[in-house]
Amino acid sequence: MTQNNAINAGELRARSESQAARLPPLLARAEHLAGAVLLGDHGRRRAGMGDDFWQYRPAQLGDSRRMIDHRRSAMGDQQFVREREWQIAQSVMLWCDQGASMRFASTDDLPTKAERARTLTLAAAILMIRAGERVGLTGTRLPPRRGNDQILRLANMLSQDQDVEYEPPEHRAMIPNAAALFVSDFMGDISAVQTALTKAADRGVRGTLLHVLDPSEEAFPFHGRTIFESVGGTVRHETLKANDLKDRYLQRLAERKAELQSLCALTGWQYGVHHTNSSAQSGLLWLYQALNGGVRV
Amino acid sequence: MTILGGIGFGAPWLLVALAALPILWLLLRAVPPAPVKRRFPGVALLLGLQDDETVSDRTPWWLMLLRMLAVAAIIIGLAQPVLNPDDPRAESNGPMLIVLDGSWAGAAGHTARINSVKAELSRASAAGQTVAVLQLSDPVDALFLPAATWATRLAGLSPQPWQPSVENIDKAAQIIANAGATSSLWFSDGLGYDGRETVLAALENAGPVQVFQSGRETLALTPASYIDGAIDLTVLRSSATQARDVIVLAQGRDPAGNGATLATATASFDAGETSADVALVLPSELRARITRFEVQGTRSAGATTLVDDGLRRREVALISAREGREGLELLSPLHFLKQALEPTADLLTGALTDVLPANPDVIVLADVATLSDIETNALLDWIETGGMLLRFAGPRVAASDVSRAEEHPLMPVRLRSGGRSVGGAMSWGEPKSVASFADTSPFFGLSIPDDVVVRSQVVAQPDPTLANRVIAELSDGTPLVTRKVIGQGQVVLFHVTANAEWSTLPLSGLFVDMLERLAISSSARLPDAADLKGTVWTPLQVMNGFGTLRDAGAMPGVAGPELIDGATRPDLLPGLYQSGDRSLARNVLQTGAVLTPAMWPARIPVSGLTVRPPQPLGGMLLALALVLLLLDIVASLALSGRLLGQSARGTLTMLALGLMLGHPDALRAQDTADISAAAEVVLANVITGNADVDEVAFAGLLGLSDTLYFRTSIEPARPVSINLETDELAFYPLLYWPITPDQPTPSAQAYARLNAYLRSGGLILFDTRDANIAGFGAASSNGRKLQALAAPLDIPALEPLPRDHVLTRTFYLLQDFPGRHTSREVWVEASPNAEQIEGMPFRNLNDGVTPVIIGGNDWAGAWAITSSGGPMLPVGRGFSGERQRELANRFGVNLVMHVLTGNYKSDQVHVPELLERLSQ
Repeated sequence: MTQNNAINAGELRARSESQAARLPPLLARAEHLAGAVLLGDHGRRRAGMGDDFWQYRPAQLGDSRRMIDHRRSAMGDQQFVREREWQIAQSVMLWCDQGASMRFASTDDLPTKAERARTLTLAAAILMIRAGERVGLTGTRLPPRRGNDQILRLANMLSQDQDVEYEPPEHRAMIPNAAALFVSDFMGDISAVQTALTKAADRGVRGTLLHVLDPSEEAFPFHGRTIFESVGGTVRHETLKANDLKDRYLQRLAERKAELQSLCALTGWQYGVHHTNSSAQSGLLWLYQALNGGVRV
Repeated sequence: MTILGGIGFGAPWLLVALAALPILWLLLRAVPPAPVKRRFPGVALLLGLQDDETVSDRTPWWLMLLRMLAVAAIIIGLAQPVLNPDDPRAESNGPMLIVLDGSWAGAAGHTARINSVKAELSRASAAGQTVAVLQLSDPVDALFLPAATWATRLAGLSPQPWQPSVENIDKAAQIIANAGATSSLWFSDGLGYDGRETVLAALENAGPVQVFQSGRETLALTPASYIDGAIDLTVLRSSATQARDVIVLAQGRDPAGNGATLATATASFDAGETSADVALVLPSELRARITRFEVQGTRSAGATTLVDDGLRRREVALISAREGREGLELLSPLHFLKQALEPTADLLTGALTDVLPANPDVIVLADVATLSDIETNALLDWIETGGMLLRFAGPRVAASDVSRAEEHPLMPVRLRSGGRSVGGAMSWGEPKSVASFADTSPFFGLSIPDDVVVRSQVVAQPDPTLANRVIAELSDGTPLVTRKVIGQGQVVLFHVTANAEWSTLPLSGLFVDMLERLAISSSARLPDAADLKGTVWTPLQVMNGFGTLRDAGAMPGVAGPELIDGATRPDLLPGLYQSGDRSLARNVLQTGAVLTPAMWPARIPVSGLTVRPPQPLGGMLLALALVLLLLDIVASLALSGRLLGQSARGTLTMLALGLMLGHPDALRAQDTADISAAAEVVLANVITGNADVDEVAFAGLLGLSDTLYFRTSIEPARPVSINLETDELAFYPLLYWPITPDQPTPSAQAYARLNAYLRSGGLILFDTRDANIAGFGAASSNGRKLQALAAPLDIPALEPLPRDHVLTRTFYLLQDFPGRHTSREVWVEASPNAEQIEGMPFRNLNDGVTPVIIGGNDWAGAWAITSSGGPMLPVGRGFSGERQRELANRFGVNLVMHVLTGNYKSDQVHVPELLERLSQ
């Protein structure tokens, strides 16, 4: 890894931290508590995420104020946090599209799709790690782990560009009954997505699809004789009247969205669209709601 | 050259190429525009989509039109089009005679006429003709020269202030007959005069004649006359056309002696009228200063009328010894003088010492014998500077000893005691009549009525000088009027009374004429030839054809009747003439003159003077084509979306807006800012170029202004940030100048202004904002920058602020001057002579205001407030920090008070002294 990448990773982490700092820790829904393979030390006299009381401990730096137990703290000068017994940790697998098609922004003011996708992915990862979840990437490169070090590793992995024009979703080595988050523009072959989601559904993985689009991809504001070229330069299409294509393009885009939505409906996933001209916070908010099942902790 | 529709073409066959334009249209339609390459990830969704139409986007019709126009402009431009092409006049190549009237009437349009002559000369030059120019008002033998040579001599032709006379016409006809020209051009002035037919006939004998005559009507002014308190003028015009207003200017000298327009009046011509009267009512002081009247916008001798004594009313002071006797008006010594002078002079009455300061033109002493020494000396001084003292004899003079043994300075002659009476009840002989006037007398030429007789008079002693001083005598040779010159003035003595007691002279018209000849009164009407019989008038200033006056030099005099009746000619130029003490203006036109327009027989072609030189259009058309092609480039780029990106378009809009709003508005904005800055107390900070520092400095001054507003009677307006290079400094009592290491050094002009600002009482507060960590002016980067910045400034010796400095007590009593930092070191102008007065130091230096204050406490940071009014930056810690901010604010209040009130508080040293005095 070059130094340049390290710097990018650092920046990426800082930006994601600032995004994540505004939300309370996120507890991913643990539907399959009983079926979790990596149950860990559940009920084994250890502090963690659970419903039952475990112990009071003095508040430390980094503890959120809402974690303070005021009834116990009011008895003395010291502030205490009421810890619960660790009951379950869930594995969350992330996949963020690193393909060339993501490195596109229609104007200089807007971030590229890849930038936004990575920020959102990592922000969600930070939230989940803070909530005690185990977060990793799909595939075998970075298996889910806990702890702040994992954020660093995630940031490193997420800032590596791929040369492929449209990267297919990585669906190997999915941990059964885990949660997943796929972020991409889904412009490539839809069958790869189909395969991945079917496979995930087979393994009981439930998750969220975030469709990141540039505003120009929604509006298609082109006229006249134009040669359209993909970002990598491998695909091109020439037209004599670009404005004539607009309606049919928009129709195809709508079809693609509908297809993804029906796929999600079939497999029990959630589907959302995020545009790069809207704020990253709104995207993260949606992710938070989606991953948390709409229930605030 | 081919002429199509008034435009000539040098290469007309090129126009055939215009036929190719429709083909070009079709060709341009068929070729599609070049494709645009775009990056677009959504291309994957586009794959497989087919275009509905195989024809590409057509180029818009207006772009096609633009291109067509460009091509057409190029084709036409290359065909060498010429506007107003020369149409060669069908003429012989023989010698040509150019005839000009050359009278004053042509002065108004002289330049246009000469330009027209030039155009004809260049045409003749092209045709290879020789040319002679003949001016009818001043004919000289025709000299045939190449036209180009004459073109250089045209500057020597100028209009004359007269119309061609009979002699001129005769001579001109002779010259024309001898010249042998084959064609002629006549540039008429537009006025008719006798003898034009003769010249025309002579010209027509030689060959074809063409006449050039301007369509403008000729304007002229007749002499001004003063009737019933108003100046009457008549404006004439040559043709009775539609109604028109003409403005008449009264020119003269203002009190400082410079030429000025003293009054204007508007003369309105009714439609179909050729003359318009205008009456001008002016105060006599103003009227006396008028030297000429002119028609506005017309520069000619005819449209100028000079003014002589006719408009002048002299101030005459009447003083008699006997006053206050009611009911005896006819016996009053002044009654007949009043009657004679009232219509033509302004009369003053009063005591002699009261009227002398009014500096009248004439003082009349009627039977006043003795004068005090003071009065005598004052009168003598007045006469020496040009006054005229007119004395009348009477019983008192006869009875007194004035001028008896020796000549009194205010008497022209010595008098014998008692006087004499002739033809009375107690004496022998007949009353004496007046002898006819000698030719050396100013009264020469006046006729003497028979009924003028003298019964009593005072008699002059025979002295050697007597003969020279007599200007009128009785039939027996005794002097009746004597005169003596003193300096620039004179004393005139009538040896009779001013009333009818001693003679019948005051009852006769001769009395009035004599006063007029003495220039005591001036005639109300214009003189006629009979009035001026026997006088000779020498010109003082004469006019040329343009109405410009010049010194007459040694021109010969003109007999009076000739001056009135004769037409202007080379030896009778219009101008100002003088005879003795009187002056007379001779103008081109006399009262009752009429202007007649020049009429031409139908066979003579008459054209105007407008010159329309051929104008090639090729260059313009090619430039137009270039502009169109540039537009085409911009439009094509815009159409294909490659002209500008989104952000650049915004920049372009801003640029366009900037261009539209432009400089004048910016200047106006600056002006209004200056006006508001001058109207109120406005604090100012110097723009350093560092946005953060500038923002804090501005916010600091805003906070200080608020503090001043709340706590003191100083109510400052909103502070301003000023640019040392462009803004005027004089309006700001205080400049706050924060130092940043990287701020630009002002230019030499800015330093000159800063020094002027400091010298005129301005104050600059330098703030290094570094808490003087390294001590004043030492190693900190801000300190070094301050030294570099302040080096060219005119700053006196400095010292650390002494504990008794007036800054410590202008409003608050302070000993510390903290800002965000609390360094004690603040430097002000050193006061070398801090003398102790009654135990208090008293400084009196530059009105006590130090021109600079230098410190490093970052005061603006402590003063600074946000837009919501809260402090912008934290100061210190906790409550002590707020105390420090309060002290900083107090320092700011003290500072502004110091700037605005100077050493006012230093004067407190005198308070004990004053209190002590009050208690006494």
